[in-house]
Amino acid sequence: MSEARLTQSRRGPLVARHPSLVIFLVVLALFTLGVTVLAEGFGMGMISTSFVKTLGKTLCLCLVALAMDLVWGYCGILSLGHMAFFGIGGYAIGMWLMYARTEIIVAESMAAAALPPTAAEISQGIATQIFGVVGASEFPPIWAFAHSLPLQLAAVVLVPGLLALVFGWLAFRSRVTGVYLSILTQAMTLALALYLFQNDSGLRGNNGLSGLQNLPGLDAVPQATVSLWFFWGSALALGLAYALCTWVVSGKFGSVIRAIRDDESRVRFLGYSVEAYKLFIFTFTAILAGIAGALYYPQAGIINPAEIAPIASIYLAVWVAIGGRGRLYGAVIGAGFVSLLSTWFTGGQAPDVNLGVYTIQWVDWWTVLLGLSFVAVTLFAPQGIGGLFDLLSRRARAEEGPQGLKEAPQK
Amino acid sequence: MNTLLEVSGVSVSFDGFKAINNLTFNIGAAELRAVIGPNGAGKTTFMDIVTGKTRPDEGRVIWGEKSQSLLAMSESQIAQAGIGRKFQRPTVFEDQSVADNLMLALRNKRGPLAVLRFRPSGDDHAKVRDLATQIGLTQALERKSGELSHGQKQWLEIGMLLAQDPKLLLVDEPAAGMTPAEREHTTEILVEAAKTRAVVVVEQDMEFVRRLGCKVTVLHEGSVLAEGSIDHVTSDEKVIEVYLGR
Ligand SMILES: Nc1ncnc2c1ncn2[C@@H]1O[C@H](COP(=O)(O)OP(=O)(O)OP(=O)(O)O)[C@@H](O)[C@H]1O
Ligand SMILES: [Mg+2]
Repeated sequence: MSEARLTQSRRGPLVARHPSLVIFLVVLALFTLGVTVLAEGFGMGMISTSFVKTLGKTLCLCLVALAMDLVWGYCGILSLGHMAFFGIGGYAIGMWLMYARTEIIVAESMAAAALPPTAAEISQGIATQIFGVVGASEFPPIWAFAHSLPLQLAAVVLVPGLLALVFGWLAFRSRVTGVYLSILTQAMTLALALYLFQNDSGLRGNNGLSGLQNLPGLDAVPQATVSLWFFWGSALALGLAYALCTWVVSGKFGSVIRAIRDDESRVRFLGYSVEAYKLFIFTFTAILAGIAGALYYPQAGIINPAEIAPIASIYLAVWVAIGGRGRLYGAVIGAGFVSLLSTWFTGGQAPDVNLGVYTIQWVDWWTVLLGLSFVAVTLFAPQGIGGLFDLLSRRARAEEGPQGLKEAPQK
Repeated sequence: MNTLLEVSGVSVSFDGFKAINNLTFNIGAAELRAVIGPNGAGKTTFMDIVTGKTRPDEGRVIWGEKSQSLLAMSESQIAQAGIGRKFQRPTVFEDQSVADNLMLALRNKRGPLAVLRFRPSGDDHAKVRDLATQIGLTQALERKSGELSHGQKQWLEIGMLLAQDPKLLLVDEPAAGMTPAEREHTTEILVEAAKTRAVVVVEQDMEFVRRLGCKVTVLHEGSVLAEGSIDHVTSDEKVIEVYLGR
């Protein structure tokens, strides 16, 4: 019997081998359809545009959590710097959004002049518009490709990928592991944030990039519609990434990276180059994070260096831990659940709790609650929310168990 | 006899303590060799040096027909060159099934991209089942290896070693924690394996070594004390003094 299962479990198309992938994709599709039907843009208007944006952003956070789960939950690299890649993706797309829209505005205002403006004058005008806030009026070199959507889209993938490749190569080659690696990744994201905070960083310092919700040339399209476009894009990206990650973690590759997580030196003696695998996963997940960021920030409308602060990456790890690491749906559930809850608490919707002597205001106390839940999960439920599914499936199996035993001898 | 592995003049010290002291050791292509010696003699450290885990302070470690130096290679390169190792403490991937553990060890391409595209062929499945039969774990193929008994884990690790199909097997105390019947089976597997490749077995148990019926190397304080048949070394006075006469 075990023979049959051994061969069965590894054949057929990806969806057939992974029922949980089918369930996930169906749930995601139904959710997307439901939101669309209820939204202002096309549907009945029961979900506000700003809430559609919140849901779309949540899907992007689920996507970056998926990346975090792959690198930490499956490969055992506790990276506390993946939100840096997320932020870079956001900056990369934000540069084009801001440039292209400013270009249209500047061209319009100059068209009124008696003499038609030269290209240099237009460029000068755009630079003044964008960099006036930091007292500059010229394009820094990193804006060289900002006029081109394809090039900035390439940057969404290439910049996080290359940064992760170089950083990972240096760290893994020297066999930095465990806490030291986590600290190093924190240092990376901190350094990046501090650099971006400077006015002469070329990315508008602490002002960051703004107005990203407005798509260049599409001013006539209402935000209610644009929000749905991005919502669909985010859902599509999450669905594709989930399928891709399922493929990566299943089969022998998944077996190797889980083995690296559990005992990397043993894996070396089997002849696998542990460094190459870590580098592959680190870079791949950085790219996923970059894509997630590029979808997130046009929905958020603004990106600034505070988004890349070390704490953001720590939150990411907390979501994955609460959702249950080492299982893909765990990461998605954790990120979705905790970030929506966080929006609710910090958005002032949660009712304050009056204790008589003291009033708990959730805007302030939410972080404390989150911290306590993290500690509780770590101590009492290391499997996270995902562990509940194990309990359920074990109970289901226990119920059909006796029947299975009865059938066995007939074979 | 052509030598497969040649270790000469190797020394290594940890914080001034010489764990291996001017050690010289050779083994041929299809040879079974037992290495014995009291606790702390340097048996495990010897394996660490050959497999690239520990770098010696001096000496040479030469491998194979092409006479490559192993000292310039990483652990994974050495493993790929054909040296497999079983650890003293059984280390299998407890979170994964017995079949997955064997599949992981099975000799196939090791690079990330090749592994990503890898689909086990019917041949691979057959090899896994054959190995499972050899190590008596056919019934346990789909079980998590963490649920196995200590002896079964030892066997699984031997199975993983065979799956790699190495030219040289380094086996550190394979019979520890096994029942007499299990020990006998382990002996059979090792003797069988040594017909087509070189096998070095570290063992404390004299009876076990006697049953292997091969040349014995006695290590003491990091160097070779005596070498020869089991009867030869057990009658050597120096050996009796440091090892048997304790
Ligand atoms: N990494 C290390 N750092 C410091 N000392 C070490 C290290 N590895 C081994 N030693 C020391 O080197 C000596 C030889 O150790 P080794 O493990 O090779 O002995 P062994 O022959 O395998 O013993 P046993 O029969 O107990 O397994 C011991 O005294 C040990 O304490
Ligand atoms: Mg030892």
